[in-house]
Amino acid sequence: MSDWPLWEVFVRGKRGLNHTHAGSLHAPDAQMALRNARDLYTRRGEGVSIWVVPAAAITASSPDERDSFFDPAGDKVYRHPTFYDVPEDVEYL
Amino acid sequence: MYGNDFSTEPSEPLNAAETGGVEQAMAHEDRRAQLLSEAEVADRQEQFDALIAADQRIEPRDWMPEAYRKTLVRQIAQHAHSEIIGMQPEGNWITRAPSLRRKAILIAKVQDEAGHGLYLYSAAETLGAGRDELLDALHSGKQKYSTIFNYPTLTWADVGAIGWLVDGAAIMNQVPLCRCSYGPYARAMIRVCKEESFHQRQGFEILWALSRGTSEQKAMAQDAANRWWWPALMMFGPPDAESSHSEQSMAWGIKRFSNDELRQRFVDMTVPQAQKLGLTLPDPDLRYDEESAHWRFGEIDWSEFKRVLSGDGPCNAQRIAHRRKAHEDGAWVREAASAYAAKQAKRTAQAREEAVA
Repeated sequence: MSDWPLWEVFVRGKRGLNHTHAGSLHAPDAQMALRNARDLYTRRGEGVSIWVVPAAAITASSPDERDSFFDPAGDKVYRHPTFYDVPEDVEYL
Repeated sequence: MYGNDFSTEPSEPLNAAETGGVEQAMAHEDRRAQLLSEAEVADRQEQFDALIAADQRIEPRDWMPEAYRKTLVRQIAQHAHSEIIGMQPEGNWITRAPSLRRKAILIAKVQDEAGHGLYLYSAAETLGAGRDELLDALHSGKQKYSTIFNYPTLTWADVGAIGWLVDGAAIMNQVPLCRCSYGPYARAMIRVCKEESFHQRQGFEILWALSRGTSEQKAMAQDAANRWWWPALMMFGPPDAESSHSEQSMAWGIKRFSNDELRQRFVDMTVPQAQKLGLTLPDPDLRYDEESAHWRFGEIDWSEFKRVLSGDGPCNAQRIAHRRKAHEDGAWVREAASAYAAKQAKRTAQAREEAVA
């Protein structure tokens, strides 16, 4: 089984929600991965739709570079609405 | 930012969904669809109607009526176009922002507009529309964007007025879209709306500063409000009686409130804010109606709206020319990215071969 590829499983909890990562599993092909994912991750009706993606197809950011990778957003506090000085008694701002 | 004010009467194919591009992209889906018997189509239509009736979301792999798909592609594409064209009027002031703080904020805002365009183009792609076809439709004028962006930004105060009035109107339009019946569009709008609130507040803050400044600064803020007020009201689109596609969009759960309803809400929200800023809105008929608890406003000049929509606004030609040039000037960047990816792929393959050997 260890030579079967690893699949990452994404489950949509209900209509209108994003697919979110649920976990992973091994399977020899995509169809079997899908069926196994159903049995493994949605035994109690946790989902209405499943995606399986070969883990090898995922490119991830590196934990070592986490700080420098996300750093550019760190000092841009003005991207948040709370940064602005507006009078408190103005409604709907 | 976004209005509901683009053309809704297509006389020619408006987008990929109408030119055959979608059919191509969706070939495998279509082949399945073509195999459906009439009874099966009726069955799926029933399921679709039941989902809509139960206020459930439609997701990309669900069967949907072709007209629903086309309407969404058109609306989402024109919304996306509005976001990226909307970068221009504000981008015009980045190099002339009055302080480093204001410049950093304005850059962040224009970046957000680009991001909003990208969320929306990718939502349109879930319906089978191709990114390149959508951009072509924008560049050739087959698809529109909000008419509001065909007005110029003459002074720094216009950046404030856009944030306060134009983004304020856009939020009013966009919040109900977070509950739109098409899942990917609704989810894109949730992201967009979260980010818009900084846009509106920074605009108000600019005008708040100017309106407490020198008499010249106050006059500049007033002048901007004078020029942007009526176009902002037009962002909600034609009056309900003349809004041809509204009824069907409401029935499909794409639209939740009528143009006139949203416009009235915007006026009710904005008039007290203008009072706080000490600005006069350029409407002699504006008055509070105690009985209905609404602010009543004067007649909108729809002939101006139609003129700008049809291409005869102050900046229509400039906006499209600039957009086309940016796209053409960016060609080498796209080519370089592809060349780099190809080179990396080749090196990886070589390294693998060497490792095997």
